[in-house]
Amino acid sequence: MSTDPSTSSAASAEEQSNKRKSKKPKYSRFTQQELPAWQPILTPRWVIAIFTLIAIIFIPVGLAAFSASQRVVEVEFEYDSTCIPDSYKDNATAYIKDDATNKTCTQKLSIKSKMQAPIFVYYQLDNFYQNHRRYVKSRSDEQLRTPDKENDVSSCSPEDYVIINNKSQPIVPCGLIAWSLFNDTYKIQNNDKDLVINKTNIAWASDRNTKFGSDVYPKNFQISGLIGGAKLDPNLPLSEQEDLIVWMRTAALPKFRKLYGRIETDLEADDEIVVLIENNYNTYEFGGKKSLVLSTATWIGGRNNFLGIAYVVIGSISLLLALGFLLLYLLKPRPLGDPSYLSWNKNPGGLR
Amino acid sequence: MTKGRIRARIRRSHLYTFGCIRPSTTEEGGPNPLQLHGPGYSRTVYCNQPLIHEKKSLFYCKNNISTTKYNVLTFLPKALFEQFRRVANIYFLLAACLSASPISPFSPLSMIAPLAFVVGLSMAKEALEDSRRFLQDVKVNNRKVSVHKSNGEFVPKSWQRVMVGDVVRVEKDQFFPADLLLLSSSYEDGICYVETMNLDGETNLKVYPLDPSQILLRDSKLRNTDYVYGVVIFTGHDSKVMQNSTKSPSKRSTIEKKMDHIIYTLFTVLILISFISSIGFVVKTRFQVPKWWYLRPDNIEYQYDPKKIMLAGMSHLITALILYGYLIPISLYVSIEIVKVLQASFINQDIQMYDEETGTPADARTSNLNEELGQVDTILSDKTGTLTCNQMDFLKCSIAGTSYGVRSSEVELAAAKQMASDMEEQDMGSDLSNFPLIKGSVPQENVRRAGEIELETVITSKGDADKRPAIKGFGFEDSRLMNGNWLKDRNVDVILLFFRILSVCHTAIPEVNEETGVCTYEAESPDEGAFLVAAREFGFEFCRRTQSTVVVREKFSASGEVVEREYRILNLLDFTSKRKRMSVIVRDEEGNIILFCKGADSIIFDRLSENGKMYLEATTRHLNEYGENGLRTLALAYKRLNEQEYTEWNNEFQKARTSVGTDREAMLEEVSDLMERELILVGATAVEDKLQKGVPQCIDKLAQAGLKIWVLTGDKMETAINIGFACSLLRQGMKQICITLDSNAVTNDRLEVVKGNILNQITNASQMIKMEKDPHAAFALIIDGKTLTYALEDDMKHQFLGLAVDCASVICCRVSPKQKALVTRLVKEGTGKTTLAIGDGANDVGMIQEADIGVGISGVEGMQAVMASDFAIAQFRFLERLLVIHGHWCYKRIAQMICYFFYKNIAFGLTIFYFEAFAGFSGQSVYDDWYMILFNVVLTSLPVISLGVFEQDVPSEVCLQFPALYQQGPRNLFFDWYRILGWMGNGLYSSLIIFFLVIIIFYDQAFRINGQTADMAAVGTTMFTCIICAVNCQIALTMSHFTWIQHLFVWGSIGTWYLFLLIYGVLPPKYSKTAYQILIEVLAPAPIYWTATVLVTIACVLPYLAHISFQRCFNPMDHHIIQEIKYYKKDIEDQHMWTRESSKARQETKIGFTARVEAKIRHLKGRLQKKQSALVGVSSPTYT
Repeated sequence: MSTDPSTSSAASAEEQSNKRKSKKPKYSRFTQQELPAWQPILTPRWVIAIFTLIAIIFIPVGLAAFSASQRVVEVEFEYDSTCIPDSYKDNATAYIKDDATNKTCTQKLSIKSKMQAPIFVYYQLDNFYQNHRRYVKSRSDEQLRTPDKENDVSSCSPEDYVIINNKSQPIVPCGLIAWSLFNDTYKIQNNDKDLVINKTNIAWASDRNTKFGSDVYPKNFQISGLIGGAKLDPNLPLSEQEDLIVWMRTAALPKFRKLYGRIETDLEADDEIVVLIENNYNTYEFGGKKSLVLSTATWIGGRNNFLGIAYVVIGSISLLLALGFLLLYLLKPRPLGDPSYLSWNKNPGGLR
Repeated sequence: MTKGRIRARIRRSHLYTFGCIRPSTTEEGGPNPLQLHGPGYSRTVYCNQPLIHEKKSLFYCKNNISTTKYNVLTFLPKALFEQFRRVANIYFLLAACLSASPISPFSPLSMIAPLAFVVGLSMAKEALEDSRRFLQDVKVNNRKVSVHKSNGEFVPKSWQRVMVGDVVRVEKDQFFPADLLLLSSSYEDGICYVETMNLDGETNLKVYPLDPSQILLRDSKLRNTDYVYGVVIFTGHDSKVMQNSTKSPSKRSTIEKKMDHIIYTLFTVLILISFISSIGFVVKTRFQVPKWWYLRPDNIEYQYDPKKIMLAGMSHLITALILYGYLIPISLYVSIEIVKVLQASFINQDIQMYDEETGTPADARTSNLNEELGQVDTILSDKTGTLTCNQMDFLKCSIAGTSYGVRSSEVELAAAKQMASDMEEQDMGSDLSNFPLIKGSVPQENVRRAGEIELETVITSKGDADKRPAIKGFGFEDSRLMNGNWLKDRNVDVILLFFRILSVCHTAIPEVNEETGVCTYEAESPDEGAFLVAAREFGFEFCRRTQSTVVVREKFSASGEVVEREYRILNLLDFTSKRKRMSVIVRDEEGNIILFCKGADSIIFDRLSENGKMYLEATTRHLNEYGENGLRTLALAYKRLNEQEYTEWNNEFQKARTSVGTDREAMLEEVSDLMERELILVGATAVEDKLQKGVPQCIDKLAQAGLKIWVLTGDKMETAINIGFACSLLRQGMKQICITLDSNAVTNDRLEVVKGNILNQITNASQMIKMEKDPHAAFALIIDGKTLTYALEDDMKHQFLGLAVDCASVICCRVSPKQKALVTRLVKEGTGKTTLAIGDGANDVGMIQEADIGVGISGVEGMQAVMASDFAIAQFRFLERLLVIHGHWCYKRIAQMICYFFYKNIAFGLTIFYFEAFAGFSGQSVYDDWYMILFNVVLTSLPVISLGVFEQDVPSEVCLQFPALYQQGPRNLFFDWYRILGWMGNGLYSSLIIFFLVIIIFYDQAFRINGQTADMAAVGTTMFTCIICAVNCQIALTMSHFTWIQHLFVWGSIGTWYLFLLIYGVLPPKYSKTAYQILIEVLAPAPIYWTATVLVTIACVLPYLAHISFQRCFNPMDHHIIQEIKYYKKDIEDQHMWTRESSKARQETKIGFTARVEAKIRHLKGRLQKKQSALVGVSSPTYT
């Protein structure tokens, strides 16, 4: 293991010296912590330049975003209370739960300014917790993707199986999300003509192509027990049930909009459109709100003044900071690298 | 080495009148046989029959030693236990255990993987460190020793196989493999010399005569003796050195302790927000969920069930505790450990801390304490082997009132150099204008001349210094005495006597080198060796010793031939620390009886006869000068005796010598004392106790860095004071406060009286310091071990500490290893500041273990100090680099790193909490599980590690040039609560900005031109992108030093995030789930995603950027200014400013040679002011 200390021969001395050499740390700029390095210094000039640069970039971007947001025309119509007949005003839940009542609701909306196609039709729910942990987990992606996995419903309870003829059959699509699918429908007429609401391509292509199988068909869905939301056409593969696909992308917040369809004709200013709403979805029980939204979109998406304003605000703060630093720099300049600012020069009595 | 035949015949024990009286050793902390044979403890050893000891009843432990913490079997349980002693790890373990249950908000993998990674890495590090210890043990266990086999035949055996009862033969300069009972030695009378430096730090050799109670202790070293035979009686862990060794305590740095508090704070926050969540959850679940039909509240799992609200609430609390776990940085510990290991490897690899002579690099043995190196306040240093090399050089002498020897001591050199540069600067600088009285040209000229004179000395001596190591132990140069020139001196007789005293008055043995015929000497103390070498060089070669004679070969006799003169040794009164002198009484060839005496000046001066004081005044002056220059001095004297006088005394002496009983020693002393009187002073010697290379400079720099240095030594007071001077810890003009006890007082007086006496001394001294008006006045405290025993008692130690802290330097002499540890503890606990203990021997182990940081001097024989230490360096001077560079850097790195860690985890963890408020407190996370795993382990860890490993505020050479920068550590400027809370506030701010900006931007509106709205995956991913960009930009702003590594890690982390997102999105949806195609299809084509990221990132870092810009512009710290000077290359353009600033950049200190030079200059200036018109003789500046 080690050299025998009792033999003090030349051989061991040599070995010793070899050993010494091997212990010597090898020089490299890395091990000696001498790697070339960039050591930027926040000089006042840099500071002012950085803040000015931020301002120069942010304010125009903000203005651009703001103007883009301003170009968006949005019509929002909250119909949850409007679409309840007066006789049911105090008992909206009973009304909505009653299959026998006619739930069609007709409303007129005026378009304030021209809306250029495509006009996006959204439904908007409020106080609906699609992000609740129980709700989010209550789905089976495998089952949606391939018919082989239709029994893969372990995460879907209680909407996992139905008992048919004393045999439990899996529900496709299973789980609370699918079960509570939004089922209000809209028809829109302009000048007594039906506007076509295009409901294709409202879901993400990846969902349609991969996540929802083209050979998976709804099965045992909403056939017994508690009925939740919409029913699905058992003859249409899931990949073509775009309302479901959109719905299954759970929203992050309890107030959310989901795409209902697209109107591919322009709406002129002062157009009066008629909306025929099938008011089926029960938001009354949990005190939620429902709205129909028509909106155009620009590069920042829908109406989103906040982004532009935030940009302008941050840009302005930067500008103010740049000016502030400039002023301070002019009024009370500190020569860079001035040794008189070293602590031992500032407090001659010793360091603080 | 060959041994002279004559030598073997000398019964060396006869040389010692006092030395072989053993009882003294027990009180000096030497081997105490009584302890080994304490009551109820006896041991039967069958000499030379080791086989007997293999049987059960007489089986003693083996001689192999093990200092490892773990073995193969115990490693797993023990190391795991260690790991889970950390609160944070326990928490994560519990979280991981629960992760399989539905309560857990995350998948089991995302909980277990990081924990396993973190714990595994820490354990791997433990294993590595323990394996090093194991290898060290193997090395020791495999050392070889000759063991008796049979019939006088000895075979080499490794230490571990030595058994109790074995007879071993230990050769010169070997260590004893176990505790041995001495059987015989190469000397006829069976004495041997043992160096116990490893055990008690005393450098003078101990004499062991053959005696049943004399045990040669393991790890002490045989010296000056060719071989000894001994029988093994205590092996392995039974040996005294192992019994005395205590387990190294595990130490934690101040920063880490403070970090624990932060972790507890975060735990409090965690529990608080978990409770808030749970209350929110209970309220929501109780009052709202029953109406949320889409959750099927009629058929719901227990953890959401509004009907079992208590159970649901409790289980949610656990969920919340796990969910918000991101507030506690799981990777903090492991990142810190990685960083520290890398920092330690930089310390190990530092080529400038590699000692060429011994071939040892620095060794950070525990990496826990790197940053503690940057916060040291007090250094407690051993002397011998640490500050000094234990090698003496004869440098100067004073004979008949004339001083000889032109060479300067290292102290003089260092001080002169400093003085020259100071003077130079003052000439140019404006400092002199502060002294309006000396504006005249003449005094200034004088000042300049003083500088030049000193400068000249420096230059000349520098040239000499290169030639110095010609003769070991002899650094003398003066043509007046060399080559027989002294024969022309008018004091030739005195000089002759001087040389004779040097060559005759000693206890050394000559060894003739057969090839060259030159004698080398085996002396008890290195001083004596230096004297003999000096005498040889002067022409008085001590060449033979017989039982009763000493033969000196005189080269320059009156006849001009080489003559051998024989002196009959009549009596030898040897040196003891109590007597502080030694004498021989000899009869020369002419038949004259002469007493030669050498000893401490104070002792000799008291014993001079009236007519022996001829040179007293001059010699005293010279002695002071020598002392000031850090030299060890002895005075030489003689006395002629007439026959009758001698015979009378000798009768008395023999009577005392042969007496039996306890008072024998006292009688001998009394008789000796009678003889050693009425002496005639000849002169004095000055020997340089060679400091280790660079020690004065290092001490000077450390003092300038604001460190206090205490010297704790086992040596006697005089030596310690000399070294104090040599290291510039003491200087002339410093008021020395000596707290001592009369040795009689201890034995005679009652305890209270003694203590009262000491307390009195302490309070008086404190009073004196308080009354002192002169701001430049410096005090030094010198205290000896016996006094320290009382001063360290509970009722007095605070007064003592108070006094010691007020003194510029503190020297404790004759302290036992235990006392060293006690003093260290007192400083550590009393001042609450960080202490560093440095030493090289086993006697320093206690203090090394006790101090916050223990540093061992490696490269010397004996490993105890190194084994107990946290850092091992080969030379004291490397301490400067270790502290001022590595310590400073590591402190800042770790401090910034920890602050940043908390920042990023708060910024991230709180967003999860905010989201809960929008998700009905249901425990849903907005982020994908994988994002969460990667956040700590991959996406933010490397930049912070690169910060911790590579950050440099200023380059290493600047650290050395501006020692004052070190004070940022002890003042804790970078890890105070103000800063920590600032960073936490920054984290809170960032979390708010990130969450709410993203939420508002992605609230309900379409985010794409194609009208799609953002789902949870899109919002979560955008938010996470913002977090990654913000925290990484934040760390880029924190750094001031970017090598390609930092660039790679910081920008690479952001890049990795996008790359991960891309790859994760491409994976089949089975794996990627909601993140499928998220970047390519959903986010990347949306301009709002990118604009939001930029907006949030800038908004997050803006306040910090403004803050540091403001601080830097208008309230800069020292390193900012220096960075700027460096950046604008002002240090090259204006070199004068640079040197001026670096000389000013120091703590005000009263120790170190710079302070000494300043004191000198002050003194000069004072004189100039007084005699402004008169010329002041500066050619021979006197010291006051």
